[in-house]
Amino acid sequence: MSYTKRVDGRKSFTELRPITAKAGVIARADGSAYFKIGNTAAYAAVYGPRELHPRNKQIPTRGLLRCDYVMMPFSGMGDRVRPGPNRRAKEISMVTQKALDPVLDLQDYPNAVVDVFICLPETDAGSRCAGICAASIALADAGVPMKDLICAVSTGQVGDKVVVDLDYAEEAYSDGPVSDIPVAMIPSTGELTLLQMDGEISKKDLMEALKLVKESMNEIYEVQKNALKDKYPAGGDDDE
Amino acid sequence: MMMSESRKHITEYLKKGLRLDGRKLDEFREVSVEYGVSKNAEGSARVKIGGTEVIAGVKLNIGTPYSDRPDEGTLMVGVELYPLASPEFEAGPPSIDSIELARVVDRGIREAGAIDNKALCIEKGEKIWIVSVDICPINDEGNLFDAAGLAAIAAIMDAKFPKVEKDGTVNYKERTKTPLPIKKRPIPITVWRIGNDLIVDPINEEEKSTDARLTIASLSDGVICALQKGGDATLTVEDVDKMTDLAIAKAKDLRSKLGGKSK
Repeated sequence: MSYTKRVDGRKSFTELRPITAKAGVIARADGSAYFKIGNTAAYAAVYGPRELHPRNKQIPTRGLLRCDYVMMPFSGMGDRVRPGPNRRAKEISMVTQKALDPVLDLQDYPNAVVDVFICLPETDAGSRCAGICAASIALADAGVPMKDLICAVSTGQVGDKVVVDLDYAEEAYSDGPVSDIPVAMIPSTGELTLLQMDGEISKKDLMEALKLVKESMNEIYEVQKNALKDKYPAGGDDDE
Repeated sequence: MMMSESRKHITEYLKKGLRLDGRKLDEFREVSVEYGVSKNAEGSARVKIGGTEVIAGVKLNIGTPYSDRPDEGTLMVGVELYPLASPEFEAGPPSIDSIELARVVDRGIREAGAIDNKALCIEKGEKIWIVSVDICPINDEGNLFDAAGLAAIAAIMDAKFPKVEKDGTVNYKERTKTPLPIKKRPIPITVWRIGNDLIVDPINEEEKSTDARLTIASLSDGVICALQKGGDATLTVEDVDKMTDLAIAKAKDLRSKLGGKSK
């Protein structure tokens, strides 16, 4: 059976859910952001560069990026997410760190840490990507030296179609194969910093998915840049 | 006790009847309540008190009752002090501050009998509703106690039961119009003592300079339904007298912020 119409009524298989983003939403943090795509929302707060404890984790030649991803207990459909560390959250924290680190330049901060805390009040698939998008804006808001932002969204296959930005209903599609591929990208170079997959997909469709998702990244990139421009209206003298 | 610069500053202002940010001693910052802020939660609310912001969410799950209370559902209240919200919160297991905050809010709601536990029973000895209220600060600029308490009661008021199918499974995609069996709406107010002065709704600097605090949860008729003394210093009975009057008066103001859902 062919997947002809998206479950939530989106008009095309590459259409993203509505996105809102805002920089500077947590006054106590050194940098912060809110990023919402459909019904998946993420807060990110950046603290640092600050002294890293324990000291044996310090790197004498550069600063360290540390990320922590957490779903609020009431953020998912159905069961409560129990507070405290779990394997899923730890792995996502780790891949988030690896997704963001390539654009950061922390060599001027030896022995220091930049902490990124990501909390999701509401999730409808794509939570790690939303967290990465929020974190990227928050890092820029904190003034951490970066060569670019990081954009992230999922792609994959639902039934016989390659799609971008799957929601829960699409991930749960049962009339054909489903694959969910979260991707993070450096928009200026097109390099990938996060690539994971659940499900099954042909090599041909995978390459098609990666091609399609690249175009979506530009849309996310614009939203992220606008969030920063809204907070720093005078700082817009770089190339446009 | 060594007096910090910040404390000296605060007490000098208090002598003039003023706060660091120009408020009167018994004056709250702007308070707002917003409902339905997280769609997957059966109920949710965002409370802002000045720059302090918290989100509370309610989850409803079916479970088995405790053997000594076979016909009662259960309510639990938790607070997660995510390091997102303040440079002073640390990652890792819950700190004692986080535990105290959660216990105080829990006491103000569960122990106060805010919810009719018997009405949460589906099948005696077999099936009950478990109501989990989790409170997550987003930004801590002081007075998390009162923000958390107000957010918890607001999220409870916002909650609706999900649909239960004929086979007994819960369909979380469909929500009924049935609210939780709320009996009382306790509002906790924390009164803080700095020297001989009493204040409400402190900002971070004030919280650090206080000697003692008393959280008083009260109902719309002024009945007190939970107490917790905190801080290192003592309180006199006269202090408690004044603090209680202040808390009951302020609870009335905050209750009005719950809007049309409040009774």
